[in-house]
Amino acid sequence: MRSFVTSFLAIIAVLCAIAQDSVAVRHTSLDSMQYLSQVVVYAQKPYSEVIPAQVLSGKVLEGLNSHSVADAIRYFSGVQLKDYGGVGGLKTVDVRSMGSNHMGVFYDGIQLGNAQNGQVDLGKFSLDNIDEISLYHGQKSDIFQSAKDFGSAGNLYLRTRRPKFEAGKRDNLNVTMRTGSFGLANPSIRWEHKLSRSLSLLANVEYTYATGQYHFRYRKLFSDKTVAWDTTAVRQNGDIQAFRAEGGLFGVVPDGRWMLKAYYYDSRKGIPGAIVNNVWKHAQRQWDRNFFTQGNYQQRLTERYSLMVNAKYARDYLRYLNPDTTLMYIDNEFWQDELYVSTANKYTILPDWDVNLSIDYQWNHLNATLTNFSYPTRHTLLSALATAYTWRRLKVQASGLFTLVNDRHTTRNGAEVLAHHSNTRTKVTPAVFVSYQPWLEHDLNVRAFYKRIFRMPTFNDLYYTDIGNSNLRPEYATQYNVGAQYQLFTEHGALSAVKLTVDGYYNKITDKIIAIPKGSGLYRWTMMNVGTVKIRGIDATVRMSFKLPMEILLDGNLSYTYQRAQDYTDPTDNQYGGSYKGQIAYIPWHSGSFIGHAKWRDLELNYSFIYVGERYHDSSNVPVSHEQPWYTHDLSASYVFHLGKTQFKLAAEVNNLFNQYYDVIANYPMPGRNFKVTLKFDL
Amino acid sequence: MTQCTIHNSQCTIHSDVMQTGSPLFRRGWVGLVLVLLLLLASCREEVEIFIPEEVEVTQPEYTSVTGFFLLNEANMGSNDCSLDYYDYAKGKYFRNYYASRNPSVVKDLGDVGNDIGIYGSKMYAVINCSNKVEVMDLKARRIGQVDVPNCRYIKFHGGYAYLTSYAGPVAASFDGSYKQHGYVAKIDTTTLQVVDTCVVGFQPDQLDIVGGKIYVANSGGYMVPNYENTLSVIDLETFSEVERIPIAINLHHCIADHRGILWVSSRGDYGNTPSRLYAYDTRKNRLVQSLDVAVSNLWMDGDSLYIIGNQWSNITQTNDKSYAIVNTRTMEVVSDRFITDGTAEEIRMPYGVAVNPITKDIYVTDAKDYLTPGRLYCFGSDGIKKWDVLTGYIPAHFVFIGENINEH
Repeated sequence: MRSFVTSFLAIIAVLCAIAQDSVAVRHTSLDSMQYLSQVVVYAQKPYSEVIPAQVLSGKVLEGLNSHSVADAIRYFSGVQLKDYGGVGGLKTVDVRSMGSNHMGVFYDGIQLGNAQNGQVDLGKFSLDNIDEISLYHGQKSDIFQSAKDFGSAGNLYLRTRRPKFEAGKRDNLNVTMRTGSFGLANPSIRWEHKLSRSLSLLANVEYTYATGQYHFRYRKLFSDKTVAWDTTAVRQNGDIQAFRAEGGLFGVVPDGRWMLKAYYYDSRKGIPGAIVNNVWKHAQRQWDRNFFTQGNYQQRLTERYSLMVNAKYARDYLRYLNPDTTLMYIDNEFWQDELYVSTANKYTILPDWDVNLSIDYQWNHLNATLTNFSYPTRHTLLSALATAYTWRRLKVQASGLFTLVNDRHTTRNGAEVLAHHSNTRTKVTPAVFVSYQPWLEHDLNVRAFYKRIFRMPTFNDLYYTDIGNSNLRPEYATQYNVGAQYQLFTEHGALSAVKLTVDGYYNKITDKIIAIPKGSGLYRWTMMNVGTVKIRGIDATVRMSFKLPMEILLDGNLSYTYQRAQDYTDPTDNQYGGSYKGQIAYIPWHSGSFIGHAKWRDLELNYSFIYVGERYHDSSNVPVSHEQPWYTHDLSASYVFHLGKTQFKLAAEVNNLFNQYYDVIANYPMPGRNFKVTLKFDL
Repeated sequence: MTQCTIHNSQCTIHSDVMQTGSPLFRRGWVGLVLVLLLLLASCREEVEIFIPEEVEVTQPEYTSVTGFFLLNEANMGSNDCSLDYYDYAKGKYFRNYYASRNPSVVKDLGDVGNDIGIYGSKMYAVINCSNKVEVMDLKARRIGQVDVPNCRYIKFHGGYAYLTSYAGPVAASFDGSYKQHGYVAKIDTTTLQVVDTCVVGFQPDQLDIVGGKIYVANSGGYMVPNYENTLSVIDLETFSEVERIPIAINLHHCIADHRGILWVSSRGDYGNTPSRLYAYDTRKNRLVQSLDVAVSNLWMDGDSLYIIGNQWSNITQTNDKSYAIVNTRTMEVVSDRFITDGTAEEIRMPYGVAVNPITKDIYVTDAKDYLTPGRLYCFGSDGIKKWDVLTGYIPAHFVFIGENINEH
């Protein structure tokens, strides 16, 4: 609790620092108002949701020194990023310590699936064309959505840029070139074309090349602070080549809109691997090819009835190669197919009472070059019934999700099929969201939610040759959350907006699917429903915006998370060094971030700070499993100028300013100080 | 054990910022709160070397066996392999003994320990994923290392160490399947150089030397479900493979008794074919016994072979654990539970076993869930628990220190 108080004081300190800083630069600025309207400080979402999201969008998102979506998500409260380092390294997100498989990631409204291992590598998604990232705990508490939107313990929405045209313009062309550390060359082109008043087109291509090389350093000290050992090396086999192409058609209909998209991503990269004694480089390679096409249509058909239809087809290819014959040679290929259709139907019974029925169907299939592979197929039928009711300043939403999953697989011996299996499970899971505004004159909302949801075992959990266990049950997450949000918009003094949120939560993960040792020797594992984790946490955020004289705009966003995520799996393992009630692997008790953004005319400055407190790499919490805290300071500056009709934007950033060498995951060293320069021009 | 210091470079830069940013200090409380902010941000300590954790476990005991080392394997990629030491004269257990004895070794002992042995005045720890054998004196002080990729088990004879490795030549294959031979490396224990290699079967594990020949248990573990089923026999004189002896699939351990009987364990296929123990008479050149005993680890002490078994059952979805003793003279199972008190219930994942050659105390390790540190249990020869202690990750391989106990 002491640290919590400390951090709240720290929040105030930072905000005061910003205020004081602005005083210092006040008399240097000149007078001009014309660009003020461009600054979207923090997007004010239409308040249709019972509990609003954490959102990063517009200039703030652009100002963050992030290469991928994963880098940006670190600034949300309650989020832990697992980052194996480098431009191409795997990056997954864990929300409120429930495990990355409980997180649903949505790309333009439709979930990104991975039936094979349930993990979406957010490092693959470039920020180049992302307009807004929103994070919801529980679910998006807006009932007009697909059944899948109700189906995860936490949802992350990535919204790509929709074409926007200034008056009289029919084409927008944007060319961006980024370069910097790690041998990065990252050009992208975006073209937007207005076909008619109600139809526009977007095409976007991006290429990323990086050698992925950077210096890292490990060292240890004696207790008298003299150096025991100190070594610096270059990270090897972190190279990546990736190509992304995306195209879309965007249409408007009366009281509605539609969108059709196609996405293609092709990458080849090295897997840099763990740095251990006597092993400083690895040879493993990975190829990814992801294709999907998806459509969305939504329209208010009558005064009372609205319809939304989503559809998607995705095909993913993965090849993993270990060419190093001092280890077991592996060359595996996997193909995943996914077909998805969804319909959501909202009916307004009374002006303040809506109901929605959503029905989704999804088909998944996995093909692999593994010996005696079981070629699993999954049919999923989801149906969500939700209702939202507003009574004065009270908003209530309740939903029930019915899930039917039918898994089919085969037992094989070579080409011979020995048996066919089919397994059907059905579940109903509820969620309730409430928010109440006690005083009309104050924008203070108290809120609470309860949600029970599960994640299905993945194809790897169930059927991976030898390791998989087809008897697995779903893994449950039960969440309780209470919190409050306060917002104030003011014209008095420099302060223009304040937003404070505090949430306390208790999550329980039961039947957690974990790998357990199987028999003896050779690290044989199997998956079992044996884990129990209890998570108690507090998330707090503060956002402040200042409008200073001489067109200086400042805003700051501070977030803080406290989590006690304890392993309750084995009550008998309660001696010193036992796992019972230990903090689970890689979850810090304290973590937080700060983003400061300043704008003066065409010049913008951005400072961001991330802090992750001490952690342990397993739930024994003994000294050898201790991992040091880490924190990075990033700075960037950008300047917009015009040459003729062309607008140029030049941005420079320095990340990890104080060159801290750290690991997010033990033995996966992260880059020290690094640089990036971006040049953009808009025609 | 580490203390919070603010003497690292990051914090120094912070304080510079504090001193130069004078406008921030116009109001005292702002400065005060900023200091609090810095304290929050300053809790990164420099990583200190591991001080051995010293635990008093029992009364001192004085015999010609003065101690033992326990090699903790740890998981792949964790680099958490460690060496613990037990000192009989002090009754004390020391964790992280290697790291504290060799503080200047970069990244400590390494990744995944797989075997340990003593020959003469040197101790050899086989570190599988660090591709090396760490050579130490009997106080665990580093002497050097021998680089051998994917190394597995070690034995000694006539001034040389013999070490199995999975990383042999890739075999030509006509059916498209991948096959890679293993080899035995011959290491000069004076110069610590590999002087010769001999190609054997697929994925060779434990080896032993008896009657002028090296016997190597080939597993074929990379070729599931087409396991190997032979012992390779290498002539010590010519250091070349002279024979293959079919025993059973997926061989693992291979240990000779003083009658020239080779005790060989098969892991089975983890499905229909269970793990078993075989006796091969190297003098009569034939298989003389086959026992229905699951073997995950074993230890030979005189005429007694102590065996811990841990076999996964697909039916019960649990590990079936067993603690057996085989008499190597009668070739029969003489005990099926050498732990006689209720402690066997506490052990989740029996993994390593050893017996003190003088007192006959039995040591069994518990690797638990592989992810958290294990435990070491000491039992009297009557099978009743004397003490237990926390170890490193996946405690597995023992070697005793004392007079005349490590020579064949």
